[in-house]
Amino acid sequence: MRAIDYVAPTSLSEAVSVLSAHGDRARPLAGGTDIIVQLRGGRRELDVLLDAKTIPELNQIELTDSGLRLGAAVPCYEIYQNQAVAAAYPGLIDAAGLIGSIQIQGRASIGGNLCNAAPSGDSIPPIITLGGEAHINGPNGWRAVAAEDFCTGPGRSVLEAGEILVGIQIPAPVANSGTAYLRFIPRNEMDIAVAGVSSSVVLDASGQTVQSARIALASVGPTPILATAAGDSLAGKAVSDDAIAEAGRLASEAASPITDMRGTIRQRHHLVDVLTRRTLNIAIRRARGEE
Amino acid sequence: MPGLVHVTTTINGNQTDFLCEPRQSLLECLRDVVGMTGSKEGCNDGNCGACTVNLDGRIVTSCLVLGVEAQGAEVNTIEGVASAEGLHPIQQSFLENAALQCGICTPGFIVAAKALLEAEPDADEARIRHWLAGNLCRCTGYDKIVRAVIDAGERMRA
Repeated sequence: MRAIDYVAPTSLSEAVSVLSAHGDRARPLAGGTDIIVQLRGGRRELDVLLDAKTIPELNQIELTDSGLRLGAAVPCYEIYQNQAVAAAYPGLIDAAGLIGSIQIQGRASIGGNLCNAAPSGDSIPPIITLGGEAHINGPNGWRAVAAEDFCTGPGRSVLEAGEILVGIQIPAPVANSGTAYLRFIPRNEMDIAVAGVSSSVVLDASGQTVQSARIALASVGPTPILATAAGDSLAGKAVSDDAIAEAGRLASEAASPITDMRGTIRQRHHLVDVLTRRTLNIAIRRARGEE
Repeated sequence: MPGLVHVTTTINGNQTDFLCEPRQSLLECLRDVVGMTGSKEGCNDGNCGACTVNLDGRIVTSCLVLGVEAQGAEVNTIEGVASAEGLHPIQQSFLENAALQCGICTPGFIVAAKALLEAEPDADEARIRHWLAGNLCRCTGYDKIVRAVIDAGERMRA
């Protein structure tokens, strides 16, 4: 790795001023599980790493009546070890518990996963289906961006020079709702998704009719994809295998995968169909309180 | 060219000061600066777990931690596992179950297994295998390692 400077800011304003001064030559360091690898491998060149773990706002995990405020640098294990958060957002826990190894989960953050903007980022689809919003601070103050609009290409995001992702705001779960995430990998652990799908549903009080649904996909396009037509197809429909199959078909249609070392276009379309049906069924069971 | 940074940290209970460049990993600092070569470099990109150390109570791959991030932290390495009285039960179990051949992965496995068994002394085989998925071994085929950790759990519960 070529020489870099390390800055450990103690406030958000200090972080923004350092980032602003260095433009694209500076980047925040949360868990380092992507950025250190990229720097060492020469895939990214920086002058300054700015430690996000020393900025208070980026390390808070706060569950209130209005939802979850997840600081951008909070590591995965702190999320799944928080029993209240785990109970409220099992779909988020599905992802936080399968990113890398236990060692990686001890450092890697959901905010970092989002900023790394890999199409395969496991936590991004559930953040999208849960209605997450990225809270960004920068030289021009605050702005909020819907999670589905955050990534703009492989490794690229809406963050502009001087801006930093402070946290992710996820609305409080409404009654009779459930979310799930599944990915397909050819082994049991420690792999990058060939395809991943998160589904969230809101059912009526009887648990028999879908009021609304959101479906988001990973590893099947240049960015994570919100499959709007697939989710909308379920709205107002009775829960049935036919309705779920139709949503799976539409989600598969929304995917635009490539063929690479991990999988083929055809396989990935098929996987999206299967994973959509499976995650919808899990989300429905969770919404009914059955698991 | 950034200069050297003075880092004060606690390694295996001892306050330790070292100088490093910001680009140096904690693993490099441990091995090349502090002279503690128990933690091994395997892949150097977070996949193999040979460099596993305990950082503030969590296991991490020290190749993906910067040395400067250890400022004020508690680091526990393989060198701190045995005591003056002798080997830790996990180390004894590794020996008795022949859970190592070349030994490069062993420090990482022991540091990782110790963190698991201290938090979850009743961890079953499935949990152990899941916990150790971030540690790769190309010699043993894992069964002897898993057996050693199960055995160590029994010893630690006794």
